[in-house]
Amino acid sequence: MVSNWCRCTSCHAGYGWKDKNFDLSQEEKIDCLVCHDTTGTYKKFPTDCGYPPLKDKVFAGKKLFKAVNLSFIAQNVGRSSRESCGKCHFFSGGGDGVKRGDTDSTLVKASRKLDVHMDAKGLNFSCATCHTTLAHQIAGRHYDTPAPGKRNLALPKDEGYRLKCESCHGARPHKPEKGLFDWRLIKLNDHTDKVACQTCHIPFYARGKPTNTYWDWSTAGRFNNGKPIVEKSPLGPPSYHTKKGTLKWGRNLVPEYFWYNGTFSYLLPGEKVEANEPITLIKPNGSPEDKESRIYPFKVHLGKQPYDPQNKLIIIPKLFGPKGSGAFWADFDWIKASRAGMAEAGLPFSGKVSFVETVQYHALSHMVAPKEDALTCASCHTRKDGRLAKIKGVYLPGRDFSPWLDRIGWLACIFAFIGVTIHGGLRIVLARKSRKED
Amino acid sequence: MKERLYLYTRFERFWHWTQALLIIFLLLTGFEMHGTISIWGYEKAYIWHVYAGFALIVLTAFGIFWHFTTGAWQHYVPVKEKISQIIHYYTRGIFYGEPHPFEKRPDQKLNPLQRVAYLFLKVILFPLQLLTAFLLLFYEWWPHLGINLNLQQVALYHTAGAFAFLFFLIVHVYLSTTGKPWYSHLKGMFLGWEEIEKN
Repeated sequence: MVSNWCRCTSCHAGYGWKDKNFDLSQEEKIDCLVCHDTTGTYKKFPTDCGYPPLKDKVFAGKKLFKAVNLSFIAQNVGRSSRESCGKCHFFSGGGDGVKRGDTDSTLVKASRKLDVHMDAKGLNFSCATCHTTLAHQIAGRHYDTPAPGKRNLALPKDEGYRLKCESCHGARPHKPEKGLFDWRLIKLNDHTDKVACQTCHIPFYARGKPTNTYWDWSTAGRFNNGKPIVEKSPLGPPSYHTKKGTLKWGRNLVPEYFWYNGTFSYLLPGEKVEANEPITLIKPNGSPEDKESRIYPFKVHLGKQPYDPQNKLIIIPKLFGPKGSGAFWADFDWIKASRAGMAEAGLPFSGKVSFVETVQYHALSHMVAPKEDALTCASCHTRKDGRLAKIKGVYLPGRDFSPWLDRIGWLACIFAFIGVTIHGGLRIVLARKSRKED
Repeated sequence: MKERLYLYTRFERFWHWTQALLIIFLLLTGFEMHGTISIWGYEKAYIWHVYAGFALIVLTAFGIFWHFTTGAWQHYVPVKEKISQIIHYYTRGIFYGEPHPFEKRPDQKLNPLQRVAYLFLKVILFPLQLLTAFLLLFYEWWPHLGINLNLQQVALYHTAGAFAFLFFLIVHVYLSTTGKPWYSHLKGMFLGWEEIEKN
C-alpha cells in the first residue's frame, strides 16, 4: 500500500487515504456506505483514494464509473451482505479470487457444492453470520493475534463470538443422524484435538474462480513494439501482463498442511532478511507440542519480488502514480520505482535491485464443501503421498511405522513359514522313503 | 493300537474356531490399517477391526468363564517332564515315524511345549494386544485417566503383538498337520473326537 495509496485505498477503506499521514482514528473518514449500501449502486473509483465518483468518470480509458446517487444510497442503507463485503474481499490481490483462493465472487450465489453454509438455496449465510460484530468490531480469523483464541462454544450469551467452526458445531462435531452411537463418528470426533475442521472439509481450494499461485514481478515491463503485452492463460486470467509480470493460476487445488495456532508471523517492512530463497513473507505459527495448534490447510503463494541486496530488504516499490513520479506502472523502471517507494516508506535504498523468490501462506477457511465431499480416512492414512505426508510430530496410523519393527516382524514370520515348509517337506520325503524301505 | 477320545467339548470347539476367524480377520484389517495390504480400504478396515476386537473380547470373556468353571485352565500349567524328548521328536523322530513321546488324554490335552506356548499366548500376548488396543482406541481419555504415554510407542507394541500372533498362526497351523494321519488333529478340533495312537 505504501506509496500506492490512492489505488490501494479504493478497498483498504477510508475516505481520502492518500498518503502516510492519514489518520485512521478520524471517524468522519470512515466509509459507512461501502458496507451498508443495499442498492448495489455504491462504487468507489479505483484510483480516487477511497472516494466514490461524484460525477461520471472513465477508469483506464475503458470502464465508465457513473456518478453515485448518495441520497438514494443513504435512504437505502441496511445490513451488510455478501455483495457489500465481497466488493472488496472477493477481489483482494487485484482481481476476482486472485489472492485468497477461498473467497471470490461465485460466493454471491453459492451452490451447496461450493459452500455448504452460503448455499443460496439452503442455509444462505451472509458473511456476518459467522463474522459477527460487536459495536463494529468484526470478528476476523487471522489478522488479530491470536485470532481463534480459546475454543469456546457460542451460547446465546456469546452473541458476537460465532467465528469459529466450533462456535456452532462444538468440539465433537459429528453426530449420528439416527441412534445415539456410531463408532465411525466417535473416531472422527477424536480428530479435533489435532486436526482443524477445515483440513477435511475444505478438500480443495479455488473451487470458484482460478486463484493466483505464482507471481514473478521480475519479468514485468516488457513491451511489444512499444505496446503493453497481455497474454491469457488457459484458465482465463493473464499469464503475462506488462504491468505485473509472469503469473500462474490454478483451480481445484490441493492445499498444503501445517501446524497452526491461529497466528501468523509476518516479515515486516524494513526487516532485514538474507536472500536465502525463498524468503518467507507470511508463515503460520504452530507446532505439534502447542495445545492450541491444529493441522490446517493453506494456499501457498510463490513469487519473485524486488529486493535490495545491499540493505537486505524486500523492496516496497511504487507502482501507481503519474509519469515521472517513478511509479513502475508509468515509468517501468524498477530502480526509480524502488527509490520512490522506499523513500515514501521511510526505508533506505541502495540503488541496486535484484529479484528474490518469496513464499507466503494463506489459511483456507471459506468454501466449506458439503460433508459428502470431505476428505476420507485414506486421504491421510496412507503410506505414500497422503495429504499429511509432510506433517511431523504426530503418529499417523497407516502412514507411520517403524521400519525396524516391520523388518524384524516380517523376517520372523518368513523364517517361520520357510521353517515349517522345510519341516513339512522333509516329513513327506522321509515318510515315502521309509515306506519304500518297509 | 488306536483309541478314540472325546477331547474337545462343543463350547471349546466353538470358542477355538471363532477365535481363529476373529484373529485372522483382525490380522487382515490390522495390516490394512498398518499400510501393508489393501483389501477393504482404511475406513472399513478400521471400523471392522474395532468391531472384531469387541467381538473377541466378548468371546474371551466367555472363554475365561468356561476355563475357570470347567477347570480347563489347568491344561496350561507348565510342566517340566519330557520337554527334551518332545524337542527331539520334532527335530528328528517325526521324520522317522517315531511315536510322539507325549500321550494326549482328556485330563492332559496339551503337551509340555504347548502348555508353555499357550500360556504365553494367554498371559502375555492377549493382554498386551487388548491393553494396547484400548489405549489406542481411547487415546483421547489419557489425560483424564492420568495416563502419560507416547502414542507411537503404544502403536508399535500393538504392531509387535500383531507380528507375534501372525508368527504363532503360521507355526500353529503347521503343527496341526503333524498328527497321524496328517489331518487327525484338525478332525479332532472340528468334531471333538480324536483317534489317538496308544503306545
